[in-house]
Amino acid sequence: MSPASVFVCLSLTLLSDYPVIRVKPDHSGVVTDGVKHSMNPFCEIAVEEAVKLKEKKFIKEVVAVSCGPTQVTETIRTALAMGCDRGIHVEVSGKDYEAMGPLQIAKIFAALAKKEEASLVILGKQAIDDDCNQTGQMTAALLDWPQGTFASEVTIDGEKVKVVREIDGGLETIKISMPAVLTADLRLNTPRYATLPNIMKAKKKKIANMKPADLGVDMVSRVEVLRVDEPPTRLAGVKVETVDDLVAKLKANGTI
Amino acid sequence: VMFNGLCLKGFWLYSVCAMRDTILNSHLAAAHGLSDEQKEFQKMAFDFAAHEMSPHMAEWDEKEIFPVETMRKAAQLGFGGIYVQPEVGGSGLSRLDTSVIFEALSTGCVSTTAYISIHNMCNWMIDTFGNTEQREKFCPELCTMDKFASYCLTEPGSGSDAASLLTTAKLEGHHYILNGSKAFISGGGDTDVYIVMCRTGGKGPKGISCVVVEKDTPGLSFGKKEKKVGWNSQPTRAVILEDCHVPVTNRLGQEGQGFNIAMRGLNGGRINIASCSLGAAHACVQLARDHLLVRKQFGEALSNNQFLQFKLAEMATKLVASRLLLREAAVALQESRSDAVSLCSMAKLFVTDECFNICNQALQMHGGYGYLKDYAVQQFVRDIRVHQILEGTNEVMRMIIARSLLSESG
Repeated sequence: MSPASVFVCLSLTLLSDYPVIRVKPDHSGVVTDGVKHSMNPFCEIAVEEAVKLKEKKFIKEVVAVSCGPTQVTETIRTALAMGCDRGIHVEVSGKDYEAMGPLQIAKIFAALAKKEEASLVILGKQAIDDDCNQTGQMTAALLDWPQGTFASEVTIDGEKVKVVREIDGGLETIKISMPAVLTADLRLNTPRYATLPNIMKAKKKKIANMKPADLGVDMVSRVEVLRVDEPPTRLAGVKVETVDDLVAKLKANGTI
Repeated sequence: VMFNGLCLKGFWLYSVCAMRDTILNSHLAAAHGLSDEQKEFQKMAFDFAAHEMSPHMAEWDEKEIFPVETMRKAAQLGFGGIYVQPEVGGSGLSRLDTSVIFEALSTGCVSTTAYISIHNMCNWMIDTFGNTEQREKFCPELCTMDKFASYCLTEPGSGSDAASLLTTAKLEGHHYILNGSKAFISGGGDTDVYIVMCRTGGKGPKGISCVVVEKDTPGLSFGKKEKKVGWNSQPTRAVILEDCHVPVTNRLGQEGQGFNIAMRGLNGGRINIASCSLGAAHACVQLARDHLLVRKQFGEALSNNQFLQFKLAEMATKLVASRLLLREAAVALQESRSDAVSLCSMAKLFVTDECFNICNQALQMHGGYGYLKDYAVQQFVRDIRVHQILEGTNEVMRMIIARSLLSESG
């Protein structure tokens, strides 16, 4: 029995190539106004994997989901243009959006996955702006589903999923039952370009709108960001003439 | 600041990727006024240009490589027949959509994008003026770029005075016998489908017809590959026709309609070529800006120099003005407005001239480094120089505009 639907959960992040990210003057966060946002690269990989699974006929439907302000619908449209069948936009804006962290997002995704009876939830392994690497794992825990994180290869085998994971020691292969949560790592695939015809077809695909309250999710954050600072400016080094001088200097400043 | 070869490729790729995003971002935003869909096309075209074209731009130019595989990848995304109808494999988009796409692709490689635009123009001509058999025979393979096309109008003796062309097509039974030669044909010798304007009737434009000549037809041969200042990723050759038998069923439209078909193709072609100039100019403004911020002389960054600030401001202003005129002309053409031909000529004239000046200025701002092939700016300058000449010289553009102004209805 092939799984009915796969949810791909997308994150909208600050653009990776953007040259200058500034800390806000009040150190409460980073300036995001006017900074170009786009789909998180690991989420692109997640979309690509889901679409590939559908093309191989392992799954029937791919749903692209994202939480955030109106802007995220652009991301969902890109996912639709890559081949997802429909989208869901969970509207979170203003103060709620600023305070939104992995736990709140995981609660939303878990509630949606349950409501829509998803068989697989695929996310990017982490967002490149905060590098939390938590949402996938939290979603799996809330659902009490198995998780295959840092996936560099995914194969569906009947009711189970074989996942090759990139871990510190090398590659680990696990087999987990569905429904399951997967997070995509860099080498899982190379995301396709949306084709012109698919971009046009995406216009006709539906994006449903809802709010966290509709899913019974409480958005209150238990984490308070106290302060955000830039990394310390790199100090100039000191040149020495000999190895003995080097050792002496390192001893003097307490390094060795 | 000099870089060794290895560092350089990485630097160039990095700077183009960063450029793509700042282009979409900045006050020069190429995305202003576009629909959500058009922004998606644009973003996708920029991504393709940054990843698939830009890293190879210099090599394609230096080694004169016709990048067939890359163009076929582009065709898979729908770039082979952007404004050709979907029922024969095209993407069915508008002239404005097309302009936005070519502008974005040009930031990756002007020469290759310009060839893709010529291919698109030929594809459209068959789609628009061909009968069902011709459309079904040629367009699908042109849309996938399984086959490539060339546009053959210019001859050694007729450039601006295109209607005085001498290539003859004598009707004999079910064939036309073509005799003559075409000059400066983009893709010539490496393409599969040649749209040839030839004389079936008397003198002047009304005696000209348009026929499709397929590669390997006996009597079709090519001159030597020309050595050019730019546009080196597309081969340019003379196309020679000696008693070349072409079936009458390969004629597009009616006898005597050929010149009209050729000119209608060029209206769109002019929008496309100007779009390529625009993309190059935007890339160069970005490169110049980045250079001014980094290069120091007299104890401070060049960007503190008022003359250079003012020069950059002028470049940006002309760029935005060019873009607005070009997009207006694209819309006029797709709406078949009565001023479309004139506007397309104005856009081609203004945009190719201004954008060349912008790229040239950007090169100047780089100082000596601008003259080195290690830096992309010189390739943009060399590649778009010819846009002021082909698809109708900028002098001919003035003729068209003046005629429209001075005519009875003008």
